[in-house]
Amino acid sequence: MAETFSVKKYLRDLKLPFCPGCGAFTVMDAFLRAVYELGYEDLSKFVFCSGIGCSSWIPSPYFVADSIHTLHGRSIPVATGVKLMRPDINVVVFGGDGDIVGIGLSHFIHAARRNLDVLVIMVNNMVYGMTGGQVAPTTPFGAKTTTTPYGSFEYPLDAAKLAVTAGANYVARWTTAHRNKMKEAIKKALMLKGFRFIEAVSQCPTAFGRRVGFKNALEMVRWLKENSIPLEQAEKLNEEDLTTKIVVGEFVQRQRPTLTETVSSKIKEAQKNGQN
Amino acid sequence: MGLAKPGVYFWQGNEACAEAAILAGCRFFAGYPITPATEIAEHMARRLPQVGGVVLQMEDELASIGAVIGASWAGAKAMTATSGPGFSLMQESIGYAFMTETPCVIVDVQRAGPSTGQATKCGQGDVMQSRWGTHGDYSAIVLSPNSVQEMFTQTIRAFNLAEKYRTPVILLSDEVVAHMREKVVVPPLEELEIINRRKPKPGDKAFFGFEEVPPMPSIGEGFNVAVTGSTHDEYGIRFTADPLVHRRLVERLNGKIQNHVDEIADMESYSVEDCDVGLVAYGCTSRALYDVVGGAKAKGVTVGYVRLRTLWPFPEKAIKKLAEATDKILVPEMNLRQIFYEVQRAAEGKAKVIPINKIGGGELITPEELLSKILEEAGKSG
Repeated sequence: MAETFSVKKYLRDLKLPFCPGCGAFTVMDAFLRAVYELGYEDLSKFVFCSGIGCSSWIPSPYFVADSIHTLHGRSIPVATGVKLMRPDINVVVFGGDGDIVGIGLSHFIHAARRNLDVLVIMVNNMVYGMTGGQVAPTTPFGAKTTTTPYGSFEYPLDAAKLAVTAGANYVARWTTAHRNKMKEAIKKALMLKGFRFIEAVSQCPTAFGRRVGFKNALEMVRWLKENSIPLEQAEKLNEEDLTTKIVVGEFVQRQRPTLTETVSSKIKEAQKNGQN
Repeated sequence: MGLAKPGVYFWQGNEACAEAAILAGCRFFAGYPITPATEIAEHMARRLPQVGGVVLQMEDELASIGAVIGASWAGAKAMTATSGPGFSLMQESIGYAFMTETPCVIVDVQRAGPSTGQATKCGQGDVMQSRWGTHGDYSAIVLSPNSVQEMFTQTIRAFNLAEKYRTPVILLSDEVVAHMREKVVVPPLEELEIINRRKPKPGDKAFFGFEEVPPMPSIGEGFNVAVTGSTHDEYGIRFTADPLVHRRLVERLNGKIQNHVDEIADMESYSVEDCDVGLVAYGCTSRALYDVVGGAKAKGVTVGYVRLRTLWPFPEKAIKKLAEATDKILVPEMNLRQIFYEVQRAAEGKAKVIPINKIGGGELITPEELLSKILEEAGKSG
């Protein structure tokens, strides 16, 4: 490639809304690099759906593309309607952990079950960042947040494992400390079909990090890196040893028939039978 | 079979709604089973794929209306159907569809509430919810059919209004009208007025303002449309603090409905300029109107009525006219007073507005009960 990559190629000329040190910058960069390296000159073959939360602002309205910034938790249902009526377009959902596996959890499971042809990129910062740092379904056990001032007393949800169980065609988890791996996973996911889920574990220095003892974003990213453990190694450990670890890697890759494939074959059948 | 052929059918109300939707161009339906609306989903599931459309049963009503909104932005006419509990769940997204100017049709087949209430029994308790159910400053278009034929014609009108004004439209039916079977006349296709959303021209960029109803692109057409339920400018860019942008947007969204009440509001009027007793009714309850006119006449009482086909925006002028022509207006409803207060407000004290209410068990206000109340109010009882 003669020209060098620049995110500006894909972005509207607007000031980005993220705090300094936010992991959303890294995820946005990884996604746009993946798109660039796959040879997309622009985003005209994509539509982006997102919900409410900081990471839902990654595509909307910053990407020069069609984007639907939906209600909190409802990006996947909206993406379902979009994809079924326009199977030719790549539908990508961006959302946070609260949006995708908190308020929108049911849609996440059912979309994976249906094998809906969308790529969901969930930026997991382990907290409700936009509202100031409340406990999330992904907050580590014991962590202090504004609504768990004595430490969280709930166990966090493993979204990647859940997606595998529910039936996703592709599932990977990386952190913002694994920029290249994350980009490669996005590239791979964009070339596959069916429900694809990438969990991007990320840092929120503003609403989470400073409350749990990190001085800055860099410390958080280092922590993400040091606490990550590849899936192959994690399989050899017991559950207790893994409670403070972030298991990273590719959780599944398979080729179950996708929703748009099965729906379109049923429509053809109905049209044929309907004519008789 | 493709589209319903012109002719005379004996259909259930819900079936007429589904066939009309297909004729109106609906090609996407998402829903969740709920009595007494389920037959719409079942009928669509069988029929829509035959004309190349998609039906998906979603995990709940939140997802159903979400998928409908997505399909609409993908260029399809789209519909969902539900009843009270599901309608409650959809309210947030109805506000989203209003704010993002997403045409779609929501059918609410009313049953007796609140809560699970009497799931199989008729009620008219969602009238105010259909107007004020979502949060924020909002204007609704709500249609009210009172026969199977009107389940057909008003479903088509619901799509036309949604496309014309780029807004969600609610078809507020009820268990009686949705479950009864009656004759339906399907006119030839060329006689049906079908309205489609106005599309932008190449190079257009303002899809959320400058015009009362801006043109609507679909995703995937190269317009780079940014859709958001947050306050946005004419180009879809978020402005979450600017007072002027918010005022401009929300006043236009309400104005595009409120400024066209005369065109949107539709009603059947009878003897409104010369009557002893006036009546205002809608939906299943209004079916008794046709029976009481003769009975009252026999006792020397002239009945005039306004039968509302559109509940919202409320046709204030027509009600005021009725109030000027008579001293008493009776408002029969299968709820504990909802449209009654609107009639009272619109009557501006020119006539006494009297509620007649009955709830529970799906029991209708019978023509006999209505007639007896009319005669009582006219001083002719006994």
